[in-house]
Amino acid sequence: MYSDKVMDHFSNPRNVGEMEVPDAIGEFGSSHCGDTIKVFLKIEDDIIKDIRFKTFGCAAAIASSSMMTEMVRGKTLQEALDLTNEAVAQALDGLPPEKMHCSCLAADGLHKAINDYLQEKK
Amino acid sequence: MKKIYLDNNATTSVRAEVLETMLPFFSSEFGNPSSLHWAGRAVSSHIEKARQQVAGLINCSPAEIVFTSCGSEGNNFAIKGTVEALKEKGNHIITTAVEHPAVLTTCRALEKQGVQVTYLAVDEDGLLDLEELEQAITERTILIAVMWGNNETGVLFPIEEIGRIARRHKVRFLSDAVQAVGKVPVDVQQAGVDLLTISGHKIEAPKGVGALYVRKGNPLTPLIHGGHQERNRRGGTHNVPGIVGLGRACELAGGELDDFQKRVAVLRDRLQQGLMAAVPDVKLNGHPQYRLPGTLNISFAYIEGEGLLLHLDMQGIAASSGSACTSGSFGMSHVLEAMGVDPMLGQSSVRFSLGRDTSEADIDYVLQVLPPIVQKLRDMSPFYQNTSGAAL
Ligand SMILES: Cc1ncc(COP(=O)(O)O)c(C=O)c1O
Repeated sequence: MYSDKVMDHFSNPRNVGEMEVPDAIGEFGSSHCGDTIKVFLKIEDDIIKDIRFKTFGCAAAIASSSMMTEMVRGKTLQEALDLTNEAVAQALDGLPPEKMHCSCLAADGLHKAINDYLQEKK
Repeated sequence: MKKIYLDNNATTSVRAEVLETMLPFFSSEFGNPSSLHWAGRAVSSHIEKARQQVAGLINCSPAEIVFTSCGSEGNNFAIKGTVEALKEKGNHIITTAVEHPAVLTTCRALEKQGVQVTYLAVDEDGLLDLEELEQAITERTILIAVMWGNNETGVLFPIEEIGRIARRHKVRFLSDAVQAVGKVPVDVQQAGVDLLTISGHKIEAPKGVGALYVRKGNPLTPLIHGGHQERNRRGGTHNVPGIVGLGRACELAGGELDDFQKRVAVLRDRLQQGLMAAVPDVKLNGHPQYRLPGTLNISFAYIEGEGLLLHLDMQGIAASSGSACTSGSFGMSHVLEAMGVDPMLGQSSVRFSLGRDTSEADIDYVLQVLPPIVQKLRDMSPFYQNTSGAAL
């Protein structure tokens, strides 16, 4: 049912955990299935220097979260805001159709963290 | 890698003795049991023997057994066949919110055709309020459909008491006993049921065969119209190997029932107590006593069931979860939802269902493997407060 990439990121998720003093935090819960992600960012000069996450959810949600962190670490905030759910799912060699919504969690949680951060900086 | 199968409520393997009984009916005993000649006659007596074996397990007469293709067919036949046969009498069905989809979706489909259905609620242990059941009966009620044992939680309903209520009001009573037959005593006379569903693959017979008990004097309109098979109750050439296998499986299960119940309950309790001792924040789903001997449904707070199942699978352990974030409504099974289980806990549920082959070593392996998996997933969960998570 799941690709090898999904199983890899699910069984050995990258960047799991929290941060003592993050520059940004985003929490996002899916109203569809209750899956929830918490994203922690370390930001310097609009670049994501470090990222951690915690996720409650199925294997697709955990793998998407993990893949997302890999994709945006070292990227600019704008690049991170441009990351789409589809791109995360594609990087995982696809998700079963009924699990596509689980990938939304990762990008949406990330975008929430960044948007809150930009809002506060204003 | 060890392979440990703890999903016997989903399906079982065909037992060696059962397979052996079946094999000749794929080759040398190939006749159509409806044929008059030697080839047919050689087979028809085995169909009738199987009918006796099934009848023997549930204490009915062989003529009251109709062979079907599965439990789902049995439930469809019993419900739709009653609605059609009794349409002059009424159009109201009483069932429960926790039935298997084979009953629930059948009822929903009939609602679209104007049949009225009452879905009885259950309490937090998964049990029914029998007064509510009795009060739901009206002049127009033609059928009460209440399962014997729940496939997800193992909860056993008080079928005898429900049977008495049904008798008192002269309403037909169907019990889906797919999970109960062969695992706990099922006696249709004592229980006062009029229709009872059996499925082969849950009791070490093959997939694709089942039986429906139809009490004499309770005509059903056929679901499958066809030839004269099964005394015009169900058309279609018999699945001879499957039927012979089902008969043998019923005979074997009947002979071992006492031993099976005791042995499996001890192992299930060992698993339950072991998990509860090793893992904090767990919740048992389903009444602790009124339960099938081999079923354990348990929630591990803060994590999702699917992740736990996949990790168990990687360690060779097959179990199942009612939850899937594909099913909507917060990924909760309809059974746990009806029991009012907190949505988060509902998503973290796992079902272990033991079988005749389950050993103490299997249980101890699960007890060794599972707690660290739960901890690993909890350390990943935003809902779990534990500083060790930051160190991952
Ligand atoms: C309680 C119950 N009823 C009916 C069924 C359906 O049986 P079958 O798979 O033979 O159609 C099942 C099997 O999952 C079940 O557990």
